[in-house]
Amino acid sequence: MPQYLLSVHHVEGEEMPPPEEMQPVFEAVDRFNQKAMDAGVWVFAGGLMPRETATTVDATGTEPVVTDGPFAESKEWIGGFWIFELPDLDAALTWATEGSRACAGKVEVRPFQSE
Amino acid sequence: MSDPDEALAAVDRIYREEYGRVVASLARRFGDLDIAEDAAAEALLVALERWPADGVPPNPGGWLTTTAGNRAIDRIRRESHRDAKHQAALTMYDDTPHEPTGLVEDDRLRLIFTCCHPALAPDARVALTLRLLGGLTVAEIAQAFFVPETTMAQRITRAKRKIKDAHIPFRVPGADDLPARLAAVLAVVYLVFNEGYLSSSADADPVREDLTAEAIRLGRILRRLLPDEPEVAGLLALMLLTEARRTVRVAGGELVVLHEQDRGGWDRALIAEGHELVRECLARNRPGQYQLLAAINAVHTDAPVASATDWAQIAALYDQLYALVPGPVVALNRAVVIAELDGPEVALAEVDRLDLTTYHAWHATRADLLRRLGRSAEARAAYDAAIATTENAAERAYLSRRRGSLAP
Repeated sequence: MPQYLLSVHHVEGEEMPPPEEMQPVFEAVDRFNQKAMDAGVWVFAGGLMPRETATTVDATGTEPVVTDGPFAESKEWIGGFWIFELPDLDAALTWATEGSRACAGKVEVRPFQSE
Repeated sequence: MSDPDEALAAVDRIYREEYGRVVASLARRFGDLDIAEDAAAEALLVALERWPADGVPPNPGGWLTTTAGNRAIDRIRRESHRDAKHQAALTMYDDTPHEPTGLVEDDRLRLIFTCCHPALAPDARVALTLRLLGGLTVAEIAQAFFVPETTMAQRITRAKRKIKDAHIPFRVPGADDLPARLAAVLAVVYLVFNEGYLSSSADADPVREDLTAEAIRLGRILRRLLPDEPEVAGLLALMLLTEARRTVRVAGGELVVLHEQDRGGWDRALIAEGHELVRECLARNRPGQYQLLAAINAVHTDAPVASATDWAQIAALYDQLYALVPGPVVALNRAVVIAELDGPEVALAEVDRLDLTTYHAWHATRADLLRRLGRSAEARAAYDAAIATTENAAERAYLSRRRGSLAP
């Protein structure tokens, strides 16, 4: 069965809400996670530390080069993701709709390569 | 069938009529649009070879589907390097479960919902629908939308790849999703129709009969497949009632507006069919935007002369439409009706409130209202703005003549 990456992105300049406002979001995401596990679609999920913690390794040349920072200095970056196993894109879009409501952010849906 | 040209023309006509059905059936069976399309094309070659000599088979659609299916199996056999026996066994018999499509068993319904899936870009939806359901060639679609053929080919290829890689299902949506998903399908069909009815391109004929005819054909297929959806009936009625006026809509290269049209030239058969559908919609009493637009057109086509138009009824229908889909374009059209009921001054006040400065119809409406109020200088400027915002040659000709006839 196909697997889909449902990713949540942060956008530069959009401040994170204060912790007291985040609490209901965390709870909603917990409920969403539990629902996905109960439905048997859950493969993996996780939230990422801020992008300042990123390190980039380039071993395409003879010597590996390690650099502090993310791969791309973009204005959007991934904040967390789910990987679900689902029959088709319609199912993935339904879960993404619910995930987007839960985490109060846009969710990008991308299929994994099969096999 | 002795005349070879006639025979070839018959093959071409049947092929185009049956194309959507053949591709849809193979797509369900093999789960792959490319295999379906290639096999349909191969079946055409066989038909072109045999039918002129042997005659058209009694069930040409079934013949094409069977022939194409056999060709697809041959190809899969040839190309399956590993697991060859297994692959062949899988595709030997058409034993894929026939999931019910909902109201009607027809693979074309699955296919049109796949082509108009919201995960595809809107221009790709139009192109895919015309290619896979309408059987138009990539070159024809490219020409219809004034896009280079390579661009159109890439657009279609990219959309088909996304259908495959993202596993966009080949399925009719469930009852919960149907209204929203059907709206996307109807929007595609209406867009094809509108592009035909008032071409947006300077290079095209002002009215593109090929596109309006194709949209109506798709509308009729949808109507047969979803007979209980009033918006489907509404869209078909709207297209028929609009198409009925097509032949008198342009005269001498110039657009003829509704109240100046020769109503004797309207197609009475299309009008009768459209009115029948509108009556059916009224009986169902589940109004939607296409049904309301169709009803408005039914009122227009009911009037033997323009002065006999029941404007009060049209105004009531526009009010209903605005309540359902509030937007400046609906408000603009309603203002045109207000001009008939309450005079151009009241209508102009309405029009000036709307933020539609990039829309040619807004300028054209203002120009006409200002002309009727005798405000020639302002009308002239509004005609200029309208001419500058439309590419359609017939519309430009009409606006230019009107501008030229203004009092100094």
